[in-house]
Amino acid sequence: MATHGVEFADVSFTVGGRSILRGVSLHVAHGTTTALLGRSGSGKTTLLRTVNALVRPTGGRVLVDGRDVASEDVIALRRGIGYVIQETGLFPHMTVGRNVRLPFEVRGRFAGHFDEADREVEQALDSVGLSYAEYCDRYPWQLSGGQRQRAGVARALATKPKVLLMDEPFGALDPLTRAEMQTMLRELLRRTGLTTLIVTHDLDEALYLADRVVLLDEGAVVADLASKDVRTSSNEAMREYVAATHREVPQ
Amino acid sequence: MNAFLDRYGSQIARLTFEHVWLTASAMLFAVAIAVPLGILLTRREALARPVLAFTNILQTIPSLALFGLLLPVPFLGDHAARLAIVALIGYALLPILRNTYAGIRGIDPELVDVANALGMTGTQRLFRVELPLSASFILAGIRTATVTCVGIATIAAAIGAGGLGELIFRGVASVDNGLVLAGAVPAALLALCADGLLGLAEKRLVVRR
Repeated sequence: MATHGVEFADVSFTVGGRSILRGVSLHVAHGTTTALLGRSGSGKTTLLRTVNALVRPTGGRVLVDGRDVASEDVIALRRGIGYVIQETGLFPHMTVGRNVRLPFEVRGRFAGHFDEADREVEQALDSVGLSYAEYCDRYPWQLSGGQRQRAGVARALATKPKVLLMDEPFGALDPLTRAEMQTMLRELLRRTGLTTLIVTHDLDEALYLADRVVLLDEGAVVADLASKDVRTSSNEAMREYVAATHREVPQ
Repeated sequence: MNAFLDRYGSQIARLTFEHVWLTASAMLFAVAIAVPLGILLTRREALARPVLAFTNILQTIPSLALFGLLLPVPFLGDHAARLAIVALIGYALLPILRNTYAGIRGIDPELVDVANALGMTGTQRLFRVELPLSASFILAGIRTATVTCVGIATIAAAIGAGGLGELIFRGVASVDNGLVLAGAVPAALLALCADGLLGLAEKRLVVRR
């Protein structure tokens, strides 16, 4: 088995006697996008957060590019992983420019070299379709939800991480903005070839963005399919999820 | 009124200055102690309860009693101003400590997660995220503490530490309401000024979301 990408080996997580994850094994190949699907409380967010060590598994191992997360320096590990969450991810006391420059600042890169840093920030904003001149000096509250998420993605990608983690990135957006964001992200993921994990409960989003869809229920993997096979799958849990997504309105 | 000011004007000015000096030095020390301690409590949760409880108890000691209790303490007892400042620090600790602790604890946990996920060290998180986001809250604590201390400092005159309380005590002793007011009015104005100025600063530090 290839050691690149992200690998979960029998990962479990128990807190206060409650099992959140029960022996999850999964391999996300380098350069591919996997969606973690499931209802609220299925453990998908917790699984995602074991990758950048925001959650420490109580059993099993998580490997990023073949190296055990538990034995890595946590600061260095996290600096190599992009992380995008729903809505509140931008720091409200910093402008968009400052938010996107932050991952560089944190590394001490470009200390004093503002021109260089600004160029990187400009590139990052450009890649998500935000004009540097227009948005650099705005605060998050001056942006629409979609623009905020674009800036969040720009920040996560600014330092060119190996792995991108997204937790319901577009969950709070209206369907039109959400579709725009998905188009932008899909193109971005194809172009950058990042290893990406996306948590979502939206089946259509999962199919649109990911090569592969993993369905979790009560902390365990109940379906693991290539995106193109999801709709025709005979897997009971997946069929149920597909049916719940496309219900007919009773007459 | 003019005759009164002629007679007491320079005294009022001198005592007002003393009053400000007592309160300001106490506040400087209190901030220097309580803010770092409050930050420490957010890092060592187990300490939070006992430390907050202790400062809470300090707060409940009647000020006159605390001044009296500190009198026999060596190094403090022979300098009234020193003693007064120490006592005032005691009263200023709780509001600052509590607001620093609660302000940092109250930051949206998702933002703390994002700070960690960006690979910030503890120090980076403190100075780039936690302090800026809780600054208005911490300043609110400093504001409460300052207003309280301006009031309590009047009692420091009872142990001869000076300040506007001196006029009040003398006025009470000689049943001279004019003298009581000559101490009380500037003290009240001081409190209002401090409250207003710090309130303005606090507003500026509020982070809009």
